[in-house]
Amino acid sequence: MTPLPLSIAFAHLFARKRQSLVSIVGVTLGVAIFIAIGGLMNGFHGHFRSQLVETNPHVVISDEVRTAAPQPLTLLNPDGAVEVRRVVPRDPVRGIAGASAMVDALNAEQGVAAAPSLIGQVIVRRAGRDFAVTGIGVDPQREMRVTDLVNNMVAGGFDALASDPNGLILGRELADKMAVGLGDTVLVATTASQARLKIVGLFHTGIDAEDQTWGILSLSRQQALQERPRVVNQIHIRLADLSRSIPLAETIERRWGFKSAPWEETYARVLDMFALQDKIMFFTTAAILVVAGFGIFNVISTIVMEKARDIAIMRSIGMPSGAVVAIFLIEGLAVGVVGVLLGCLAGWGLGALIHMAPAPTGNPHDTLPMSLSADLFGAAGLIGMAASLAAAWLPARRAAAADPLSIIRGAA
Amino acid sequence: MSGDLKARALRRVLPGPAPAILVDSASAQFQSGSLTAITGPSGSGKSSLLYMLGLLDAPTSGDVLLDGQSTAALDNDDRARIRLERFGFVFQFHFLLPELNVAENVMLPMRQLGNLGPASIRRRADDLLGSLGMSDLREKLPGQLSGGQRQRVSIARALANDPQFVLGDEPTGALDSKNGAAVFAILRALAGDGRTIVVVTHDHDLAQIADRAIHIIDGRITSGQPS
Repeated sequence: MTPLPLSIAFAHLFARKRQSLVSIVGVTLGVAIFIAIGGLMNGFHGHFRSQLVETNPHVVISDEVRTAAPQPLTLLNPDGAVEVRRVVPRDPVRGIAGASAMVDALNAEQGVAAAPSLIGQVIVRRAGRDFAVTGIGVDPQREMRVTDLVNNMVAGGFDALASDPNGLILGRELADKMAVGLGDTVLVATTASQARLKIVGLFHTGIDAEDQTWGILSLSRQQALQERPRVVNQIHIRLADLSRSIPLAETIERRWGFKSAPWEETYARVLDMFALQDKIMFFTTAAILVVAGFGIFNVISTIVMEKARDIAIMRSIGMPSGAVVAIFLIEGLAVGVVGVLLGCLAGWGLGALIHMAPAPTGNPHDTLPMSLSADLFGAAGLIGMAASLAAAWLPARRAAAADPLSIIRGAA
Repeated sequence: MSGDLKARALRRVLPGPAPAILVDSASAQFQSGSLTAITGPSGSGKSSLLYMLGLLDAPTSGDVLLDGQSTAALDNDDRARIRLERFGFVFQFHFLLPELNVAENVMLPMRQLGNLGPASIRRRADDLLGSLGMSDLREKLPGQLSGGQRQRVSIARALANDPQFVLGDEPTGALDSKNGAAVFAILRALAGDGRTIVVVTHDHDLAQIADRAIHIIDGRITSGQPS
């Protein structure tokens, strides 16, 4: 036989089919929207992160130090109050000293690929117009192991740089602005030197800052243009396991002293923005569930008011207050469970529909990103159930606290 | 258990700026196998006395003794448990749960008590309804019954856990004279079974057929008190 509170709770809900249905629909919509919008945000973040992180190195070693080297006088008196003023620093040649040994050592590690590069501004001149471009000189064979740019080539090939030391790879947007295409030559200049380079490849990452300002050329050509022979100012590292980036960066800094930035640091502002977006999404969609909770509160409060006499008689025949609370909590729970289950189904369907919609990327095959994870369904279910139970709790407590005698007297 | 119910110097005061004395110094004894009517004008404290006797309300002072045992120190849960196990209530209004059918309403106290299995609960509900001539109405909802039928269902529900004490608060108040007489006859028969029946009523004719009538005015028992 069904437990008494359960059968009374279901009798209440079935007697008010329409109101119960409206409450269920409220929870269903809240959960579905939470899942669909959450999936869209997760999909967007995942897509953006993969574009950003996968396209670029996971750790970048640069010819900088985070803290200035201590003065010898300070080292000599580690416990003393030493203040050194008017220090005239040496002006060494900038670059990563011993880069070749570093690259070899890093490449020897399991799951680590490292490639040297020289970054420096260049001017690309075409038809009398100058374009400021971030010139990235790379060792093509090694760079192909550390960047995903090779997968973002829309014309030509990354490996063409290896066979043509006078080759240049540009972002498609930049090339369009310059009105150049594959096989065209452009003049690339710095304050120190210039050379005519041939366009051997075009890439498109979807990130404007890269597509409109990057120019990839061979390391030796960039060193010649910058007049910095055998100098590199960055080492790019790619990891098989992304989660190793922070400990590896710390190890490199300790060992070689150069600033070593994991991708989490490089894109910290973007990741912070994602976290903020997640919070906004969470509160916005959770608010929908809270509103749905008010629907449940309304229905159960109405039942409690309408059922005051029933509650009184159940209390008078000896039903404990806990059982009365259980009746109304079961009602909230039932609405919550059905609403959450239907909401999960609807959220999945809504997510699938959104995923079919075209993305405004210019590529007709691109659709809106969607990532429906189990965590998302779990969070939606938990919030939906919490809202349902919280909405039922107050009227349930009120019902249990009602004085049956005053209701019986009032009815007489 | 002998089924003796005793009120000892019961006093019930409604607190407030001007406290209202509902019952004052009420002492009475109710023996098993007897039907006692409590009579008096409206607002005299009849129902208040009944509710204290049935452990639905706690006296401001005084005590209710069940088989000689004090109930003064019991908490709400204990009182609820005793009500469930030993008392049956019949009110002026039937207070049947409208979503449950007749049989389910009768089974309600048995399911709450949990002493019987499902089959025994169904069988006892059928027996009770049969004894009150309601067998063919067991699947009906309360809304489909007449006033007299509903009150008989509420009597069946009151008897569900085979209580020693059956308390009625104007159980015939909402019924016509024919149905009222029928309900009183049932209560009379229950007393014959050895139960302790206490009924609040305005109806002097019905009070006449009780074994004893206690009259109460302004919260004080004026006649029918034990010597």
